[in-house]
Amino acid sequence: MFDSLAAATIDTVQQVAQATAGTTDSLFVAIMKGFSNLAIPVILFVVVVLGFIKKIKVYETFIDGAKEGFSVAVNIIPYLVAILVAIGMFRASGAMGYFVRLLTPVTNLIGMPAETLPVALMRPLSGSGSLGLVTELMNQHGPDSFIGRLASTMFGSTETTFYVIAVYFGSVGIRKSRHAIASGLIGDLAGLLMAVFICQIVFG
Amino acid sequence: MNYIWLALMVISLVVGAFTGNLGAVTAAAVDYAQVAVEISLGLIGIMAFWLGIMKIAEEGGIIRLLSRAIRPIAKFLFPDIPPDHPAIGTMLMNIIANWLGLGNAATPLGLKAMKELQKLNKSKDTATNAMVVFLALNTASITFIPMTVIAVRAKLGSANPFEIISTAVFASTCATIAAVTAAKLIQRLPNIRKSDPNRLADKKEKGGGDV
Repeated sequence: MFDSLAAATIDTVQQVAQATAGTTDSLFVAIMKGFSNLAIPVILFVVVVLGFIKKIKVYETFIDGAKEGFSVAVNIIPYLVAILVAIGMFRASGAMGYFVRLLTPVTNLIGMPAETLPVALMRPLSGSGSLGLVTELMNQHGPDSFIGRLASTMFGSTETTFYVIAVYFGSVGIRKSRHAIASGLIGDLAGLLMAVFICQIVFG
Repeated sequence: MNYIWLALMVISLVVGAFTGNLGAVTAAAVDYAQVAVEISLGLIGIMAFWLGIMKIAEEGGIIRLLSRAIRPIAKFLFPDIPPDHPAIGTMLMNIIANWLGLGNAATPLGLKAMKELQKLNKSKDTATNAMVVFLALNTASITFIPMTVIAVRAKLGSANPFEIISTAVFASTCATIAAVTAAKLIQRLPNIRKSDPNRLADKKEKGGGDV
């Protein structure tokens, strides 16, 4: 989510189209791409036409709903400032390096290359930060190396947990998130461990 | 969240002081505050657009139709929400947008779903169990085409930039199951149960109730 906001989605799609012009997609990929491209036009068509058939004043109703767009976006600001500032400071302090050193013995045990550990730690905190790390790793080791594939899988397997929690809860003014962070981080941990596991089987 | 935020701040400042990165740490604070505002304001247009469309979908009955279609799953995941409630249909649309990698639509739809869930919340500043489960579905969200990382792989000359789709889908499915299971299990812990806003309100209404 963070990434699609940060990197303009249209550019991304164009880059993929250019870079993969020569290669043929598998059937699955082709179908999924087709769905993605068609989904929004189809949804818009169905919603508007069905609304009209049901005798709804579509224009007035749209305006009525859209009014709230501004307040939702503005509500998010304090929550997002709080979390992004903390994460930005954490990244700039260089504390990540110490965590990596601390955790390296554990990751060696499960056969996870130490190089990918920063990606795993950064993923829940920052979408653009972890994407930067993945890009760096693929630059160094090549996108088709084990490290490159594992880093890509890690990135694709979970969302930026803290960002999602800040934005979603922020939009409705929830300050006490209860067990949301714990559940999200358990999910992230499971996703990262399973990424190591499946990559060892498929690419190892 | 209090402890995590505190930890991030304290660790950054202490480590920054030791490594001589303190200047960079404060600079980052300023920069990221700016980024946060830009991201939030960047949402206004797309948010307004989807809220408008969703309003039509709601009044046209599409959301109710979607809610009914996934009744059995919804009953298991969100037992506190009435099966016909628009929250269910909206959450489904958010999940589908995530699957298809439609990040620009997924966020507004997710926020609309939060709005619906908030209507059922009896204590407006505390997350309900349903919200936590929904967040769990989102933080570990399954995406069938992780476009961003595929684009980077393609740019760096990968022979097959798409080959990580199957591994990523596998890992994210496991992550989703783990996150939802965790949410469901943790909500049974005594401390977490006590903080359930809807439970608290019920207790007050009944004048005591069971604890």
